[in-house]
Amino acid sequence: MLDKLHSLKDAIAAHVPDGSSVVLGAVLEPDIPFAATHEIIRQGIKGLNVIAPISDASTDMLVGAGSVDEVTGAWVGNVSGGLGHNYRRAFENRETPAIKLNDNSNFSIGMALMAGAYGMPFAPMRSILGSDITKSNPNFQITKNPFSEDEEPVVLVPPLAPDVAILCVQRADSQGNNHHWGNRGVAQEAALAAEKVILLADEIVQSDVIASDPCRVLVPGYLVTAVCHVPAAVHPSPQVGCWKRDNDFFGEYHSRSRTPEGFKAWLDEWVFGVPDHSGYREKLSLRLNDLRITGSAMAAPTNYAAD
Amino acid sequence: MADYSIQELMIISAAREIADGELVFVGMRLPITAYGVARLTHAPNAVGLFECGIARYAPAEDMLYTMGDPPNQLNAAWLSGLVPVMSQLQRGRVDAGFIGGAEVDRYGNINTSYIGDFTRPDVKLPGSGGAADIAAMSKRLLVIMNHEKKRLVEKVAYVTSPGYLSGGDSRARAGLKGGPSALITDRGILRPYGPDNEMHLASIHEGNTIEEIRENTGWNLKIQPKMIETPPPSPEEMAALHKIDKDGFWR
Repeated sequence: MLDKLHSLKDAIAAHVPDGSSVVLGAVLEPDIPFAATHEIIRQGIKGLNVIAPISDASTDMLVGAGSVDEVTGAWVGNVSGGLGHNYRRAFENRETPAIKLNDNSNFSIGMALMAGAYGMPFAPMRSILGSDITKSNPNFQITKNPFSEDEEPVVLVPPLAPDVAILCVQRADSQGNNHHWGNRGVAQEAALAAEKVILLADEIVQSDVIASDPCRVLVPGYLVTAVCHVPAAVHPSPQVGCWKRDNDFFGEYHSRSRTPEGFKAWLDEWVFGVPDHSGYREKLSLRLNDLRITGSAMAAPTNYAAD
Repeated sequence: MADYSIQELMIISAAREIADGELVFVGMRLPITAYGVARLTHAPNAVGLFECGIARYAPAEDMLYTMGDPPNQLNAAWLSGLVPVMSQLQRGRVDAGFIGGAEVDRYGNINTSYIGDFTRPDVKLPGSGGAADIAAMSKRLLVIMNHEKKRLVEKVAYVTSPGYLSGGDSRARAGLKGGPSALITDRGILRPYGPDNEMHLASIHEGNTIEEIRENTGWNLKIQPKMIETPPPSPEEMAALHKIDKDGFWR
């Protein structure tokens, strides 16, 4: 079997070239691959189209670091602090915005990735009717439902097929077979729609562990391009069964990114000041111990016996 | 002043908007607390949905910073994806949805995207998230906002989340049912009234005058003929709230 285990540094360098469209933060508030966000910034990758319904502060960091040309999203900010300062600065007090925003709602991102995942030419939906999202984002088309006798409007959403989806899972084997549990946001649609999938696994396990419970698999290993062993890759976001949310970290980021200088100092400390994610974990040190989930709430065993 | 805070009255007012057995799209902070109060009082069979892909019966036991925090996942009714959960809006199953916003106008349209021209905004706000979907597809929309003249405006610069659009039947002509049923503020409750579906003052919280409320509203606010004073929280409602708000965050 092909071993797909790589360092995060190598996986990002190999599969996220300048100008890529990248899903980063598909599960909304939890499971955000901040380790990958930081590595992208550290490698100076530019011109990305970042795709995510809600990515908490991840997109704001990438925008501030100059990695982003386009954002395809529904919400960009800081869930603890409210506004995303770098994101605001990209739009406010300028002749033209520094980045292009493809406005969406959460559901329209879900529909676009679903259309991409299932090879549909477009997805019909109704739930952004009446919203100016269909005006500020000209990619949507409003037409009439051809199956309705009334004049029923319907929104056509073009499919999204990202170059790469970067996703966090609790555990994976070296071939990229994996278990993910907790809410899934648009992670499954993103993985099925993307050309490549990079997995950040909190733990690497033997293949029989994954094979013992195929219902918990996000997408099978044959769809995964690279798997990286990165404990606490989600920090400061939470991950079910592994990590609590580091709310203070989001708050500190919010206040320090209020000015461009403050943001630069934050980047120098937390991204450029460490060689890689293991250096970041060392820097977090005891703080990470407090965030580790140590309790036990095991699911009931599940019998898959064939006879 | 009575023995409750204005936030507590807003939470309890919001809880009263949820009927027993209803499917409710719950937002963070104030709405999730209101949902918890409703479950413990008059709506023990309400079900809560969260856009990240979670359905819950009882609210989470521990403190949440976001709807995806581990305590909201433990013993959930369902952990799924955004599409399966948010599709229940479009399917027409969701009775009520809560959203907040930066600006709301006389027809209950909400802006959380841009202040000023969207091609060159004065302020860039975070955007819709799931709010546009919740506003468009819930049977009843419940909006929660502080009552300030700069927030309750004649016409929003950008409709992130549709209310009654330009009033009358314009929402229906856009292909939408439902619409805002209450705008709960720290001064009172506004509801659509009359064929134009303009938001009217329907209930006034203790300690406010109609004059003050009109002065703090950015349009010529009209009063519903049957306007009431918001009933103060009952002992049962306060007990339920204090059971949830153990640390007194909302006091």
